[in-house]
Amino acid sequence: MSSNSEHQIAKQETIDKVAADALRPVNIGWGFKIWFALLAIALGVCIYAYSIQLREGLGVTGLRDFISWGMYIATFVFFVAASLIGMLISGVLGLIGYDWIKPIGRIAEIIAVAFAAIAGLVIVSDMGRPDRLPYVFMYGRFQSPILWDVTVVTTYFALSLLLYYVTLLPDLAISKDKLEGRPKLLRKAYEVLSIKWLHKNEQYRILYRIIRILLILIIPTAFAIHTVTSWLFAVNPRPGWDSTIFGPYFLSGAFVAGAAAVIIAMYFFRNNYKLKDYLTISHFDKIGKLLALVSIIYLYFNINEFLVPGYKLKKFDAIHLQALFVGKHAILFWFTQITGLILPIILLFFRKMRRPIPLTVISVFVLIGAWLKRYLIVVPTQEHPYLPIQHVPEVFKVYTPTLIETAVTAASFILVIMIITLLSKLFPVIPIWEVAEDIDKKALKENAEKE
Amino acid sequence: MEKEQPQKGENQHEDKGAQSRRDFLKKLGLIGTASVAGAAAMYTGFHYEQSKGKGDKVKVLTADNKLVEVDKSALKDSKPSLEVFQERGREGIPGKRWVMVIDLSKCRNARQCVTACQSAHRLRPYEYHINTLQIQETENTPPYHMPKPCQHCDNPPCVSVCPVDATFKRQDGIVLIDNERCIGCRFCVAACPYSARMVHWQEPRYAKQDKGKTYDVELNVPQKKGTISKCLFSADQLRDGELPYCVSACPNGVFYFGDENEDAVTNGTTKETVRLSKLLRDNGAYRLMPELGTKPRVYYLPPKNRIFDFPEKSILDDTDHA
Repeated sequence: MSSNSEHQIAKQETIDKVAADALRPVNIGWGFKIWFALLAIALGVCIYAYSIQLREGLGVTGLRDFISWGMYIATFVFFVAASLIGMLISGVLGLIGYDWIKPIGRIAEIIAVAFAAIAGLVIVSDMGRPDRLPYVFMYGRFQSPILWDVTVVTTYFALSLLLYYVTLLPDLAISKDKLEGRPKLLRKAYEVLSIKWLHKNEQYRILYRIIRILLILIIPTAFAIHTVTSWLFAVNPRPGWDSTIFGPYFLSGAFVAGAAAVIIAMYFFRNNYKLKDYLTISHFDKIGKLLALVSIIYLYFNINEFLVPGYKLKKFDAIHLQALFVGKHAILFWFTQITGLILPIILLFFRKMRRPIPLTVISVFVLIGAWLKRYLIVVPTQEHPYLPIQHVPEVFKVYTPTLIETAVTAASFILVIMIITLLSKLFPVIPIWEVAEDIDKKALKENAEKE
Repeated sequence: MEKEQPQKGENQHEDKGAQSRRDFLKKLGLIGTASVAGAAAMYTGFHYEQSKGKGDKVKVLTADNKLVEVDKSALKDSKPSLEVFQERGREGIPGKRWVMVIDLSKCRNARQCVTACQSAHRLRPYEYHINTLQIQETENTPPYHMPKPCQHCDNPPCVSVCPVDATFKRQDGIVLIDNERCIGCRFCVAACPYSARMVHWQEPRYAKQDKGKTYDVELNVPQKKGTISKCLFSADQLRDGELPYCVSACPNGVFYFGDENEDAVTNGTTKETVRLSKLLRDNGAYRLMPELGTKPRVYYLPPKNRIFDFPEKSILDDTDHA
C-alpha cells in the first residue's frame, strides 16, 4: 500500500517535471510576436501578388497552353507528400509498438496538419476560376481523380487534426493550472479545449480506443491521398506520367520528404525549446535510420521508373529521358538524385552522420531535393507532347516561373510555417502524459529488476 | 401560311415576331376606332394580345428538323437564352454522328482554316482551335503539313478527368466545353494527347466588345478568362445546316465533313459529296495515335502524291519538331 502511494507520488513528480519542461516555451512572448509579425508582413506581400493574379488571370504566371501545370501543382504534390509522415510515425510505427516515437509523434502530427491544411489552398491558387470552387461540390463528377483527391485530402486533414487534438487532451488538462504568467486568453483556451478532462481511468480507456481507431483509419487514408495525387498524372496518356508504379513511387518519396521535415523541426525544437532530455541523440539516430530506409525504398522506385523506359527507349520516352539525363533539366535532375537521395543514403549509413547537426543538414538537402523532384515530375513531361509545338510565341515552349508565381508559392510555405509556429508555440510539442507514462513504466521495470 | 414556314435558327423567330406584330397592329387599330380613349384601347389591346390566337396554329421547324404545329400564342419573339443554349448544346443534334476527313495530300499550308476559325471564335492569332503542323515521322520519310483540330474522340480522356462536367461528349459525337461551368483546373489540357485545348490565360481578345452577349456553348463566344477553349466542329454551323468554318474556308479541298450515319461527307471546297466508307477505304485512311484507344472522329488520308512543295531538307532536327 505504501509502495503504491509512493509510486503515485513519484508518478506525479515525473508528470510535473515533464510538464515544466514542455511548457517552458509555451508563451506569447516578444520573440513570438516579432516572428509572427514578420511572417504576416511577408504573407501580405505574397497575398498582394495573388491579388494581381486574381485580377489579371493566370497569364501572370509562366504557364501557357502546353506547360499548363507548373510550380503550384509541384508544390501541391510536395505538401501532400510531406504531410504523410504523420501517418508513418504515429500510425505505422505507433501501432507496431515502437515506444521511441512517442516524443516525436506530436511533431509529426503538427507537420501533417500544417501541410495537409495548406495543400488544398495551393490547388485553389492554381485554378483559372477560383470563384467557381463551389462547383466542385455542386457539380462534382466522381469519374474525375480530382474529386477523389478532394475527398481523401480533406479526410486525411480531419483525421490528422483529430489525432493531434485527442492526444493533446490530457496535456491540456495537466497544463491548464501550470500556466502562471501566461496571457489570460491562452489559459482560457486551455481550459475550454481540455473539455473537463479529469484523468480518470475510464477516460484514458476511451482515449486509447479512439487513438487506436484513428491510427488504423489514418493508414489507408494516407496511402489513398498520395496514390490519388500520383494518379492526377498517371491517368494521362503522356510519356513520363504514363506509369503503373506512380502510386508507390510517390508514396515512398513522400516519406522521404516528410521524414526530412520532421528531423528539421526536431532539431529546431530541441535547441530552441531546450528539449534535449526528450529529443535525444538516440531519437535522431533512430529517425536517421528511418530516413535512410525510406530513401532506399525511394531509390529503388526511382531505378524502376527511369531504368526500365531508359532500356527500351521508346520514341517519346527517349525524348523525355534525354531532357532529364543530359538535356535542359540534367543539372536539376542529377542534383536531386545525387544530393537529395544517393549521397544522403550513403552518409546515413554512418552513425556520426545521424547525430543532430549533420542529420539536420542532410535533411535540408533532402527536403530541397524533394521539392525539386516534384517540379521535375510535373514540368518536363508537358514540354514534349506527342504532337510538335508550332506556330506559337516562344514563351509557350518553355516554362519559366514568374516572380508573382514564386511569391504565391512562397505564401503557401509561409502559411505552413505559421500553422507550425502556432501549434508548437501555444501548445506543448512533446506529449507530456505519454512521455511521463513512458518514464514511469521504465522506472517500474528497473525497480522490479532491482528487487 | 405556307410561306411563313421558317427555314431555321434565328430567322424563324424574327419572321414570327414581325408577323405577330403586324397582326397585333391590325387588330389594335380596329379596337382603337371602337374605343373612346386611346389609352383604354392600348390596355384592351394588351389583353387582347394575351388572349388572341387561340386555335390559330402555325407550322414551325424544330432544331431537330421536325415539322410541328404549335399554337401561335406559344411563340415568343426572343433569342435563345443562356439556358436554352446550354441545354441544346449539351444534347447535340439527334441522329447525327459528325465525322471529319482530312486529306493530307492536298494541304499546302494556306492556313485559311486557322484564320477562319479564329475569326469565328474570336481568338488571337496564336490561340488555336485548329492549327497546322509540320510533321515528319522519320529521317527517310518526307515532311508534310497536317491540319489538327480537336479529334472529338469517342473515348475522350479530357471528358473523363473533368471534375465538374464542364466538358462533355454529345450524342452527335462532338466534344464541347461549357465555359459557364469550367473551373480552369486544366486537367483536360494535361489529359489530351493531341494538345487540342487552349487556355484563356488573360482576358480574351474581344472581351470588351463581346460583353453582354449571351454565351453560346456551340460557338464558345464570348470566350472567358480563366477557362478552357477548344475546337467545337463548329456546332453552331452544323445546327444551321452549314459546314464548319475551317472546312468551308479551305481553298485546297483538304477537308471533308459529314455524318457517319449517312455514310456521306462533303468536301468543303468543291462541295462534292462522297461516300465516307469508300473514301476511307480507297485512300488508306488512318486516325492519330489509335494505340491510345481514344477513338478519334477525325480521319486522315495519307500525304501520298502530294501536290505541294516542301523544303527538301529534313525538319527532324528543328527545335519545333520534338
